[in-house]
Amino acid sequence: MSIQAPVRTEKGRALTARPHENLPKERAFRAVLLACLIFATFFLVVLFTYIIVRGAKRFDLALFTNQFSQVNPDTAGGQSAILGTIYLGLIVIVITVPLGTAAAVYLEEYADKTSRINRAIDVNIQNLAAVPSVVYGLLGLGVFVRFIFGEPTLLVGGLILSLLVLPVVIIAGREAIKAVPPSLREGSLGLGATRWQTNWRMVLPSAIPGIATGVILAVSRAIGEAAPLVVIGVGLITFNPDSLDDRFTALPILIFDTAKRPQEAFQDLSAALIIVSLILLIVLNGSAILIRNKFQRKW
Amino acid sequence: MTVTKSAQGAAPSLRPARPRYGERVIEGGLFLAALTSIATTIAIIFAIFEPAVEFFLEPEITLTEFFGGTTWTPLFAESQRQFGVLPLVAATFTTSWIALVVAIPLGLGAAIYLAEYAQPKIRSTFKPILEILAGIPTVVYGYFALTFFTPTILKPIFGDSIGTFNMLSAGLIMGVMIIPVVASLSEDAITAVPQNLREGAYGMGSTKMQVSTRVVVPAAVSGIFAAIMLAVSRAVGETMIVALAAGKRSNFSFNPLDDGWTMTGFIVDAAQGDQPTGSIGYESLFAVAALLFVITFVLNIISIRLVRKYREEYE
Repeated sequence: MSIQAPVRTEKGRALTARPHENLPKERAFRAVLLACLIFATFFLVVLFTYIIVRGAKRFDLALFTNQFSQVNPDTAGGQSAILGTIYLGLIVIVITVPLGTAAAVYLEEYADKTSRINRAIDVNIQNLAAVPSVVYGLLGLGVFVRFIFGEPTLLVGGLILSLLVLPVVIIAGREAIKAVPPSLREGSLGLGATRWQTNWRMVLPSAIPGIATGVILAVSRAIGEAAPLVVIGVGLITFNPDSLDDRFTALPILIFDTAKRPQEAFQDLSAALIIVSLILLIVLNGSAILIRNKFQRKW
Repeated sequence: MTVTKSAQGAAPSLRPARPRYGERVIEGGLFLAALTSIATTIAIIFAIFEPAVEFFLEPEITLTEFFGGTTWTPLFAESQRQFGVLPLVAATFTTSWIALVVAIPLGLGAAIYLAEYAQPKIRSTFKPILEILAGIPTVVYGYFALTFFTPTILKPIFGDSIGTFNMLSAGLIMGVMIIPVVASLSEDAITAVPQNLREGAYGMGSTKMQVSTRVVVPAAVSGIFAAIMLAVSRAVGETMIVALAAGKRSNFSFNPLDDGWTMTGFIVDAAQGDQPTGSIGYESLFAVAALLFVITFVLNIISIRLVRKYREEYE
């Protein structure tokens, strides 16, 4: 994505006939293009300001220590939702890291790229990445809730979100593995290592930063999802889940519910909960960027 | 399994001195992990289409009514139920085109600027902004549309003709949400255009704007089209914004100022009603989801094909 841009821009600039750049039409075009980006920035600023202003008055300790209450919006918190979201994130990590990495290793290191089944898997992963999340919710409702588990437990929620973001993890994992130079593999194989020894001790360790970045971004997407959870029937549960078989609630669910209520106090609570989830997202994305910058090796 | 030995094995022999069954087992395990994606697809198709077929087999329901009827009330009492899906389709169509009118020009403009004009420093400021925009949960956009954008921005403009729930607000905010989708894929496509095309155009005395609009964008058009297809798919499948801001009353209307129940909005609202398994209400959920799945599936496949095409052309 960003590999060629700087080189090309420089080249392009060097080649541009300078006087043209100052023509009114040229400048107007450039300004219009820049305006698109400025608009996006402006929107983001307005959105954040609004959320912070509205949520500030309810962004207090009660938010974390109290459970949600239908009757006392001014002191209601969202402890079970915050905990639920953290648990969901952990479940997603536990499921998608091994599964996604294994699939990525297979597709990059073992699969014969011309075979039908592997091409089918490839297209299928890309397609799955673009299936609307609400559809995953119906998979959860029809299969996991109604036929297997009986109710929307923490495990069901975690499973559905894992399936939802698995394509993201696989795609990121493949990119990371692809970026490991062949010389590493050749050296290892040349010394008599088997294929798996090579993958396990040479390829994967080098690909860890890329895989970790993908996983973190996937988790941050998963914990923001409301639609699939609403569809499987996750409601407002005001106790903390103790096990995978317990019913649970999550931040996006509570945000959705409180946003719908007409009373100001509930909507303020909603904004405060949004701040919590935005902080979670920023921490996750920030650590992804940190890992990317710090550990990613240039070969 | 007839896997790769021949493809990669051409390099100094990968063949082990003695058979290593453990290696085989591991490879099999990894293959199974890759197969979970196929299994997920099959499970989704089965989970959705099985109840959807049941729905169409109900004696009350005819295909002509489903695709031609303009009243959608499957959750009402038995005597008042009607099963015309067009109101949901109309609402989905309305919110989607509004979103695309916002997202396509802004996303494309952003992509051209980032790929052709921006210096590295400006790029590194704006790229994260688009990434944040893409990372915000959609329920947050929905909250913003419902509690800020409609009452504070749209109400003063349209007065009483616009309600608390309306498709305009949902569509516009959804458009902003989709900008990064269009921008990032289009930028990839534009970056993939070979440099010599630009050089040729500059050599002929073109200005930068002429190069961008008449050489680069046309050369990247299949990739840009892929981005647009994916954006349409996102708009059609987007759920929380419309569930919060567009309303939940089935009315057959294309007027953006009206409220509207989209396909996804219906799925969310009906699912919250805890429909008993096997009831018509429950099955109707899956019938609508099947329609949604087919629409987005077709759009995604077109998009994937196009992305593949331009990658092959220039690499």
